[in-house]
Amino acid sequence: MPKRKVQRQDAVPKSEPQREAEQAAPAEVPANEAVQAAQAEVPANEAVQAAQAEVPASKEAVQAEEGAAKQPEAPAEPLDPEALLEVRHLKKYFPAQKNFFGKPKTWLRAVDDVSFKIKTGTTLGIVGESGCGKTTLGRTILRLQPATGGEVYFDGKDINKLKNAEMNALRPQMQIIFQDPYSSLSPRMPVGEIIGEAVAQHKLVPRSDLKNYVLDIMRRCGLPYHYYERYPHEFSGGQRQRICIATALALQPRFVVCDEPVSALDVSIQAQIINLLKDMQDSMHLTYIFISHDLSVVEHISDRVGVMYLGSLVEYADTDEIFRNPMHPYTEALFSAVPVPDPDAHSHRIILSGDIPSPVNAPSGCKFHTRCNRCMEICSQVAPKFKDYGNGHMVACHLYSQE
Amino acid sequence: MLFKNKKTTSSDGAQPAKTKAPIADAHYLSVRESRAIAKSNARVIRALEKRKKRTHVSESEYLCEMQDPNNIVEFDDLRTYFFTDAGVSKAVDGVTFSIPRGATVGVVGESGCGKSVTSLSLMQLVQAPQGQIVGGSIRFNMGNKAYDIAKMPISEMRKIRGKQIAMIFQEPMTSLNPVFRIGYQLDEMVLLHTPGCTKEQAKARSLQMLELVGIAAPERVYRCYPHELSGGMRQRVMIAIALSCDPRLIIADEPTTALDVTIQAQVLDLLREIKGKIDGSIMLITHDLGVIAEMADYVVVMYAGRVIESGTTAEIFHNPLHPYTVGLQKSKPVVNRKVERLYNIPGQVPNPIDMPDYCYFKDRCTRCTARCEGEYPHFIQVSPTHRVACYLYAGEDGKGGPDA
Repeated sequence: MPKRKVQRQDAVPKSEPQREAEQAAPAEVPANEAVQAAQAEVPANEAVQAAQAEVPASKEAVQAEEGAAKQPEAPAEPLDPEALLEVRHLKKYFPAQKNFFGKPKTWLRAVDDVSFKIKTGTTLGIVGESGCGKTTLGRTILRLQPATGGEVYFDGKDINKLKNAEMNALRPQMQIIFQDPYSSLSPRMPVGEIIGEAVAQHKLVPRSDLKNYVLDIMRRCGLPYHYYERYPHEFSGGQRQRICIATALALQPRFVVCDEPVSALDVSIQAQIINLLKDMQDSMHLTYIFISHDLSVVEHISDRVGVMYLGSLVEYADTDEIFRNPMHPYTEALFSAVPVPDPDAHSHRIILSGDIPSPVNAPSGCKFHTRCNRCMEICSQVAPKFKDYGNGHMVACHLYSQE
Repeated sequence: MLFKNKKTTSSDGAQPAKTKAPIADAHYLSVRESRAIAKSNARVIRALEKRKKRTHVSESEYLCEMQDPNNIVEFDDLRTYFFTDAGVSKAVDGVTFSIPRGATVGVVGESGCGKSVTSLSLMQLVQAPQGQIVGGSIRFNMGNKAYDIAKMPISEMRKIRGKQIAMIFQEPMTSLNPVFRIGYQLDEMVLLHTPGCTKEQAKARSLQMLELVGIAAPERVYRCYPHELSGGMRQRVMIAIALSCDPRLIIADEPTTALDVTIQAQVLDLLREIKGKIDGSIMLITHDLGVIAEMADYVVVMYAGRVIESGTTAEIFHNPLHPYTVGLQKSKPVVNRKVERLYNIPGQVPNPIDMPDYCYFKDRCTRCTARCEGEYPHFIQVSPTHRVACYLYAGEDGKGGPDA
């Protein structure tokens, strides 16, 4: 397994510093040790799982044990102890063109060097146009697809270095709610079975208690108990989204990626679902990544907001700060484009010309310079640094000092 | 006309002792009931379809008078029903409003409230044979005369549709034909509606239209296939097609819902600009209150197949009267306006097959009174342009002027 991973990483073009780092090799050693340690851990893990099946209450104990076992995997830079999830230089490239021998010639950089961290119990909103890599970011964080580079530390562990069995044990803690409630529910399974399936798979509760457990989570998500036997086609969009939320929350996760959960819903139903998500966050101490293109929704639900453009974060700050004082020209344009439901509020609108460029051959320098209304000469040549300008307000733009 | 609906209480008539378990679902239909409904539906549909498909209909049959010659369209008690095997679904049930010349009228409401069906009725494009206009009239001002679209036969409607009334659909990808070039689809429209037009003239007109909607390289786009264009460009092409015959009315059915905010801003800007150039009216259908506030002169709020409130944009946004309009505005988070918790309208839209005989919003309303038990409220004129269907603003007789 580790061998395969090495091959995959080699297949991707590497920047000079990366290659040098690998030749120097010391970075490789702790990882190897970690793998060995993890291998030694496997039988113990199985035993733990068996124990889990019998005593569901011992979940915390299991987590503590696992956390202790993974000590050697600690990264070079110390992790923020308050952060549940920390993403460092995450990259996800897809092969865009292949040559005659099937080797990729060009790459689509869907997520390109994204770093952030989320504190326990808070919500990070990710906004951006379609095709900017929001969804890919969410899926890569959950390792629903392997990352091309970078690290994702969940609870102090780099999930990209975990073995499959360990990852599966971690899955209940990391869940996702998908965008389209019409296509993400199996049409052949009744609601109770859909919600209970993963619970049974991960043996969170004994078989005999399963139904009561599922009914309890349904009640908390606002689904009446007689929906247990019904099929998804009998429900409206809002109810289906409740089913999706119940399915995700039934596993008692700590971290949930909400991938445009309200985009397909009506305004009044949107409010219900947003309120439900907030209630659940309070009662279960959840940590959310909330991906959406609707800025007003993101402002309402998030504590921090990251703005993405062509696979990179261009601005990242506290919600109040970013909405009051957007620094990046793209953020400004994005915010000014939101229609305000007030006929008198005709604000000065910044209209971006043209469409988002293709991520296969992204513009040189600052990726936004082709559409920017404050573009300078340097923008097309040098990529700006993603820098902190006080209060954790991070921006990547040449308008502000790069020193 | 008699429409057979399903029995109001299916479990009361049958002997409860015989059935194994009481059926919790109130919408349950037995095979026999369903078949009876289908049979009576087929009878009604056949009669209506026959009437629509006649040829050589004398003009006097659908000629009518506009109530106000300054209006371009007047909907008067329009009823469009869908005859399904589960019963008659009243998608549009008595809609009355008008579109003045040169104005933009926004129609808002949740999905399934009948806003799209209203516009499709105006184009006579309702999914037939199930969907049928069964009552009311749609008066369309042709300049020197007026036609009632609800009574027009298909053969005559073809001359108006596309030429006088054009439509911009929600999904630009599904409404453009993927196997024809953009140029062909534009030319087709011009050739069909302009008698004696040559291919060269049509092409010149198409290129002119592409330029009008702000496409930088019209010659190149003219030769493209729809998949080669981005979402915003496709929507521009759709607008160009709609404009190519100088329509008097453009129906924009959620023109920006499938687009990003930045592209949405571009398209809305374009629509506003074009309206000034062509001197036509726009009927803008959307569920986004922000878009309405920015674009519309008049707003019509629909709920469960009926208009519940209408007025100028300022009246609806600054002085919303109907509890549903108020709820709709409160449930949408607004940038730079912090609220701890979003307001949500409790409950759900009633089943369109089985509408109650009292106010449709009563079961979800937080301000309902004893009078709401009565029949569906009539319109109350609050100001010359503002009217609302709610008992909160009615006089003693249920019809009179505002007392609240």
